[in-house]
Amino acid sequence: MDRKVQEDPRFKIAKREAWIGIILVIFNFIWWYGFAYGLGSGPVEEYSFVFGLPAWFFYSCVVGLVVMIGLVFFTVKFFFKEVPFDEEGDQR
Amino acid sequence: MAVIWPLIIFLVVIFVVGVYASRHVQSSSSFIQEYFLGSRELGGFILAMTMAATYGSASSFLSGPGAAYNYGLAWVLLAMSQVATGYFVLMILGKKFAIMSRKYNAITLVDFLFARYKNQFVVVLAALSIIIFLFSAMAAQWIGGARLVESLTGLSYTTALIIFAASVMVYVIIGGFRAVAITDMVQGLIMVAGTIILFVAALKAGGGMEKIMTTLGTENPNLLSPYGNDRSLTPLYISSFWILVGVGVVGLPQVAVRAMSYKNAKAMHRALIIGTIVVGVIMLGMHLIGVMARAIVPGITIGDKVMPELAMTIMPDWLAGIVLAAPMAAIMSTVDSLLLLVSSAVVKDLYLHFINKKAEEKKVKRLSFIVTAVIGIVVFIVALQPPDLIIWLNLFSFGGLEAVFIWPVILGLYWKRANGAGAVASMVIGMFSYIIFHSFYPNVLGMHTVVFPILLSLLSFIAVTLISSRHGMKRA
Repeated sequence: MDRKVQEDPRFKIAKREAWIGIILVIFNFIWWYGFAYGLGSGPVEEYSFVFGLPAWFFYSCVVGLVVMIGLVFFTVKFFFKEVPFDEEGDQR
Repeated sequence: MAVIWPLIIFLVVIFVVGVYASRHVQSSSSFIQEYFLGSRELGGFILAMTMAATYGSASSFLSGPGAAYNYGLAWVLLAMSQVATGYFVLMILGKKFAIMSRKYNAITLVDFLFARYKNQFVVVLAALSIIIFLFSAMAAQWIGGARLVESLTGLSYTTALIIFAASVMVYVIIGGFRAVAITDMVQGLIMVAGTIILFVAALKAGGGMEKIMTTLGTENPNLLSPYGNDRSLTPLYISSFWILVGVGVVGLPQVAVRAMSYKNAKAMHRALIIGTIVVGVIMLGMHLIGVMARAIVPGITIGDKVMPELAMTIMPDWLAGIVLAAPMAAIMSTVDSLLLLVSSAVVKDLYLHFINKKAEEKKVKRLSFIVTAVIGIVVFIVALQPPDLIIWLNLFSFGGLEAVFIWPVILGLYWKRANGAGAVASMVIGMFSYIIFHSFYPNVLGMHTVVFPILLSLLSFIAVTLISSRHGMKRA
């Protein structure tokens, strides 16, 4: 009944990149939560330390940050596409 | 005395930027595009810095480290949920928002919402919540800024407020968005530099990380746990901050408007990487410093004083001055954006939208300068003797605005069926449920108050959109 208007190909790219954002934030959360409470829920006396910091903190917050920066760099370099924003890119 | 020299130099630099940007304002072909959006010319580095600096406020440099001082490493863990803002906002709003706002020729977030939903109630609700809540947020930040100047210089609160208000107002009024963005860049750099310098100095003063952590562990082992000094911070509670200060930030108008200001895709890509690094370094650094401070300068009872006290104790005056320019920069870079945003809501979203659609360029220009100045002056007067109402409203300015804006923006971009009725419902429900939960039933089920209002506003958006579009189809 309704003629489907061809969707702007740039929107497909935008949608994909938004999904990448969601996947990254979920991964970020799991890493952060997993190391913090996986290693940190025992008694403090039994903690091991890395560079002076409790291991849970070191892996969750310090390494977690480095990993996220690396992942953002990687996804942007390899999965993000450059598209024009102006109307001209739209009217073929 | 040497402590104030870096602050004075900082103010001079900011002033010069304002004058530089005002030349663009004078010569630009479209005043309103330039003044409120910097003609969409931001490059990647400036974009990253202005997003990070606008987001990072007094809480990242004063109250946040103060809380970390009290709770221990658990609060740093909580603060790290903010790293997500560095990439999430730009990825979610992303290219779609940039393309759509150009297509609609939208200058403000409200323009975008109107073009998308064609609903006048959305405009009124959005503009009023921006004006009311961000005005209060601004007043609260000015009070923080003035108190900081007061404690550093020994001037009276009123004099400190005048210095702070005058320096912000001058560059925002004459330079508009471009001045705000460029000063944000300078301020962001100061924030990063201040964090790194203070971290290194604290590490040295405390005799290394191992020694600091041992001292803290002897005082109270819980300071080293992810549960807080009194084991009161549950994993669920800390995790719920991912909504408030992580993903929910997409809904903050002052952050979202920046996602329509950049030049091209390349700028966005660079900003994603730089933004994540900058936000991460500041959040991890400043909050960890707050914890370390407990071992170096114990016994501080007022959270906001932890960071200034630490800097003044362990560093020579001139260096402490540079480091303490960081919280100053954080506060300024937040209020300048808020000032301009509230002004744009009055000029563009209310005056040009409802009262005079075809105002001449010259008139708009004069009006923009005047409105920005008047808002600044009113905030100044309010901050002299803040009424309880402002303090109360400020409590909702963060989570409340998120609950209002997040779904109209996101569903407006990615859900074709989303309609005006749904958007209105979600904004009203989001705001009122936030106020009600906050007042009568805070931290429901052990999560931060923001969680349920955001869920409720999503549900009401979807429900009302589906119901009203079915009606529409029947009639057709």
